[in-house]
Amino acid sequence: MTMAPPTGTPGTPGTTARGVAGGLGESARRPDGGPKVRGEFAFAGDLWADGMLWGATLRSPHAAARIRSIDVGPALAIAGVATVVTAADVPGSANYGLEERDQPVFAADVVRYAGEPIAAVAADHPETARRALAAIVVDYELLPPVTDPELALTGEPLHPDGNVFRHLTIRHGDPTARGPVVVEGTYEIGMQDQAFMGPEAGLAVPAEDGGVDLVVSTQWLHNDRDQVAECLGLRPDQVRLTLGGVGGAFGAREDVSLHVHICLLALRTGRPVKVVYSREESFLGHVHRHPARIWMRHTAEPDGTIVSFEARIVLDGGAYRSSSYHVVANASCFAAGPYRVPNAHVEGLGVRTNNPPCGAMRGFGAVQVCFAHEGQMDKLAAACGIDPVELRLHNALDHGDHLLTGQRIDGTLPVARVIRETMALPLPEPAADELLSRPGAAGRTTDAPHVRRGIGFAVGFKNLMYAEGYMDGSEAACVLVDGLATVQCAAAEVGQGFVTLAQQIARTVLGVERVLVAPAETASMGSAGSTSASRQTWMSGGAVEQACLAVRDQLLAHVASTLGCAAADLEIVGGAIRSVPGAALDVDIAVEDAAPGVPFEARRVFHHRVTLPLDADGQGDAHVSMACAAHRAVVDVDPELGLVRVVQLATAQDVGRALNPLSVLGQIEGGCAQGVGLATMEELVLEAGKVRNASFTDYLIPTALDMPEVVTTLVEEPEPGAPFGAKGVGEPPVISSTPAIVAAVRAATGVDLTRVPIRPQDVALADRPR
Amino acid sequence: MDVSVPRTLDEALAALADRPDAMVLAGGTDVMVGVNAGRQTPTAVVALRAVEELRTWSVDGDRLRLGAGLTYADLLAPDLAAMVPALAQAARTVGSPPIRNAGTVGGNLATASPAGDTLPVLLALDAELDLASVEGRRTVALRSFLTGPKRTQLRTGELIVAARVPATRPHQEYRKVGVRNAMVIAVASVAVVVDADVGVVACAMGSVGPTPLRAPRAEEWVAGRIDWGTGVPDAGVAAEFGRLVAEESRPIDDHRSTAAYRRHAVEVLARRALESTLAGVARAEAA
Repeated sequence: MTMAPPTGTPGTPGTTARGVAGGLGESARRPDGGPKVRGEFAFAGDLWADGMLWGATLRSPHAAARIRSIDVGPALAIAGVATVVTAADVPGSANYGLEERDQPVFAADVVRYAGEPIAAVAADHPETARRALAAIVVDYELLPPVTDPELALTGEPLHPDGNVFRHLTIRHGDPTARGPVVVEGTYEIGMQDQAFMGPEAGLAVPAEDGGVDLVVSTQWLHNDRDQVAECLGLRPDQVRLTLGGVGGAFGAREDVSLHVHICLLALRTGRPVKVVYSREESFLGHVHRHPARIWMRHTAEPDGTIVSFEARIVLDGGAYRSSSYHVVANASCFAAGPYRVPNAHVEGLGVRTNNPPCGAMRGFGAVQVCFAHEGQMDKLAAACGIDPVELRLHNALDHGDHLLTGQRIDGTLPVARVIRETMALPLPEPAADELLSRPGAAGRTTDAPHVRRGIGFAVGFKNLMYAEGYMDGSEAACVLVDGLATVQCAAAEVGQGFVTLAQQIARTVLGVERVLVAPAETASMGSAGSTSASRQTWMSGGAVEQACLAVRDQLLAHVASTLGCAAADLEIVGGAIRSVPGAALDVDIAVEDAAPGVPFEARRVFHHRVTLPLDADGQGDAHVSMACAAHRAVVDVDPELGLVRVVQLATAQDVGRALNPLSVLGQIEGGCAQGVGLATMEELVLEAGKVRNASFTDYLIPTALDMPEVVTTLVEEPEPGAPFGAKGVGEPPVISSTPAIVAAVRAATGVDLTRVPIRPQDVALADRPR
Repeated sequence: MDVSVPRTLDEALAALADRPDAMVLAGGTDVMVGVNAGRQTPTAVVALRAVEELRTWSVDGDRLRLGAGLTYADLLAPDLAAMVPALAQAARTVGSPPIRNAGTVGGNLATASPAGDTLPVLLALDAELDLASVEGRRTVALRSFLTGPKRTQLRTGELIVAARVPATRPHQEYRKVGVRNAMVIAVASVAVVVDADVGVVACAMGSVGPTPLRAPRAEEWVAGRIDWGTGVPDAGVAAEFGRLVAEESRPIDDHRSTAAYRRHAVEVLARRALESTLAGVARAEAA
C-alpha cells in the first residue's frame, strides 16, 4: 500500500474485520501518546522518593592514564555529602559488560577513555554532589592515548583482553574468480550518537532483604539486572528492576550506565538515590555508533553481473567491548548489500582504542557497510555504463538466493520489489523559490541561482533478531477477567510502540477492547530480551500472542463446559463468543459476560527458530530473518558553500505485515531523520580521544527545517515463521537513507564523496588538497 | 543566592553597585547554559527582565536607539525590520522561537562571542553603545568595545543600556553559514551595509576571528569601483571584494569547522551579499 501523509485522526476507534476496535492492522492509538504530548508522561528523570539523595559520577578527563591515587576525603568533608564510592567499594565483580565483563564499574588503576567513571557520590542536593565531585583529588599519570584503530591492531595491549574484539573472515565461493570490470573504494563513517532526548536516569531504593529496587530507563531489564547483581555480589532476585519512562534509546541504553553506581550508593547510604545525567554526561555515558574505515573491491561482468567482492572493515570499538563482537558480524555478513555475490572474501575487525566505547546503534553494523557498498554500486554502474537502479535490480537478492555466509534465504526478501516501488513514488516539485526551502535556509546563504538539484538511490538490508546461535526468548503473561485483559511482559517500551502492539494483539485474539499493559519489571516476569535488533514485535509480540491464545482457549473451554458443548464448537468473533458454523448449539455471548468473576491466566515463552554459529570461513545459517528497504533521495545543494538541503526521501520498505501502519510510518520517518543526520551533520568530534562537542549546541541533529518530505510504500509480504507475518521495521529506514542522500549530493556536485557526515568543506573545497 | 529584580534602570545600577559580583541576567540564553554546565556559579543575580526602559526603541532623527533588553523576536517586528533589515535577518538565524523570545541584544553584546549573530551587523552599522553605572554614563563605539573572545570593555558595575545605529540605511544584509538549516551557531557570517548616498560599503564578519571583524581594506577598495548613480559595480568587483574580505579574516580550525572553509565561506558570502545589496541600490535608483 502507498501511504500519503496520514490524514484524519490516527487511532480513531474503528472496526476491525473481527469487530473489535484497535486490533491488529489498525493505527491504534498509543496508550502513552496523550500523556507524552501533554507533557504528563513520567520519564525516568522525573522519579522522586521521599528522603532521597542525589548521586553524581566523577569521570576521567583523560583518555589514557594510570591512576596513582584517589583522595575522597575532601569530598566527604563537605556538609551534605553522604558517601563517596570508588572501585575499592564494589563488593562483587569489578567489571561489567553487555556480553563480556571487560569494563570496570570504576576505573581502579588504569583509565582507558575520557569519560570513564572514577567515583560516585551521594549528597543531599545535586549541587552538593557536584561540589563533592570537584573536591575529589585524583592523581593521574598521563599516557599517550591510542586513537587510531590501525595502530591499536599492532600496538601494545590496552587491556588484558587485548585490542581485537573480533576478527571475522568470510570466505565464500571461488577465491580466484574475477570479472573484467573492477571498482574499488575506501569509505569512512564518523562516530554518530543516538542522541536520545531523555538522558540516563534512575532511582535506586534499598530493600529490607538487603537487596535493591531500581527504576531505570533501559532497553533490557534482565541483562541489566544480572550485571548489577554480579557487581553488587547479590543474587539476581535481590536486584529488582522496573522500567522507568524511557525517552528514546536507539541502542544507547543496551549497556549498563549508571545502574551499578546508583545501587551501590543506595545500599551504602540506606537511602533512595536518584541520578540524572546532564546532556554532556549522557554523551560521555553511553556507547556510540562505531566509526568505520571500509575498503571494498567489486569485480563484475560487462553486463553488471557481480562476480567477486572483497572487503576489509575496520570498526573502532573504543575502550571496551560492549557489543562490538556482534557489530563486526553484522557489518561483515551484510557487507555486500542485498545483492547476489557468488565469490567473496571479507575481513571484519573490531578494535579496542582509547576512544569512547562504541556499541549498538540502530542499524548495528549494516549502516556503515551500506554507505560503502552503495557507493560501490554507483561506481560499478558507471563503469559498466548501466543505470544505477538497473544494476541493483540486475543483482538483487531474492528468496532462494544465498548470503555471503552461505545461508539460503528461505523467507521473504523482496529486494527488487522495494527498488521498483521506491522508483514508482512521485518526485517532488521543482525547487520552490522560497528562502527557507533552500540550502542554508534561515542563514540566507543561498540565492536561487546557486542551487543544484541531485537524485541518488540506495538499497540496504540487515538481519532481524539476534544471531549466531543465541538462544533468544521472550516471556509474556495474560490475565482475562470480565472482559478486561491485562498483559505483562518485560519488553522495554522505549518509544517504539510495543505497549500499543501488545494491546492490539490482545484485542484481536481475545475479542476485548479494554487491555491494560502492566509495568515491565524483573520480579514477576522472565526476560523479554532486548528492545533492539528489530526484535520485539516478533519475539515479545509472539509471546503476547501465545499467552493470549492460551487464555482464549481456557475461556472457550470454560464456556463450553458450562454449556455442555465442545470447545472446538466455539470461537471468538468480534467481541463475542459464538458457535462455529454447523455446531449443534447456537451461542452468542459477549466475551465480558461469558464467565463473570472467573480469571483466566497464562504465561508463555516464545522462541524463534534455531540459528547456528559461523564457522572458520564465516559460513553458517546464523540469521533468523532479513528485511530490506530502498531509498531515493532528492537534494538541493549549494556547491560553492557545500550546504545541503534534503528535499525528499522516497522509500519502500519490506515490513512483512504492517500491524500498526501509523507506528510503521513513525519508525520510517524517524529512521530517515537519523539517516539525514548521519549524511549531513551528526558526528561526535574527537581530539586525542576526547569528545569536543558533547552538547546539542554542537552535536547537531536535524531540525524540522532539515527534515525532508518522506513518501512511503509499505511492501507487505508476510514472513513465514513470524508472528502475524510481521517483520521488525525500526532499523531498515536508517540503513540506506544515508547513502541515498550522499549519492544525490554526488550527483548534484560531481564530487566523489567517500565520508559521512558530509562536511561543507568536503564539497566546497573538494578540489583543494587536504 | 541574592536575586534582585529591579524595575528601573537606576534600581538595576544600584543593585549592581551593591553586588558588583552579581551575574547579570537578561534572556539567560547564554548565562543559564553556563550555570547548568557548572561553568558559572553565581551567588547573586541582577535580573533585568522587568526593567521596561531597556525594552524600548526610539528614532531620533536618522539615529535608531535599540534598548539592550530588546529580544531577537522584537527585532523581527516589521517596523524595526524595515529600518535595520540585516539585524532582523541576523535575529532570525538565532535559535528557535523560544530562544528568540528570550535572548536580547544586550546579552549578545555582553557575551561578545565571536559567533554572536547581531554583532557583525551592529559592527557594520558602526553602532555606538550607551553604557551606564552608578558612576555615570558613557558612550563607546562597538568597534572598540569588543576586545577579544568573550571580552569587552564593560566595567564592573556597568550595564549596556542601548545600541545606537543609523535608521536610514536600507541596503544591508546578513548571511550566515551553519552546518544545519536552523538553530545553529555560525561557522562564518558576513554583514554588508551599503550607504549609496555617500558611496560607502561597510562589511563585517563573524566567527572568523577573536571578535567580529570589519574588512577596512576591502571596503575602501570597493567604494571606488561602484557607479553610485546606478548602484552597478565594475565587472568582477564583487568577486574581488569577496577575496579581499576573506584576506582580512583571521579564522581558526576548531570542532565546528576549518580555517580554510571559513575563509572560503566569508569570500562567497561577502560576494553574494555585495551583489544583492547593490542590486537593491540599483532597484532603488531606478525607481
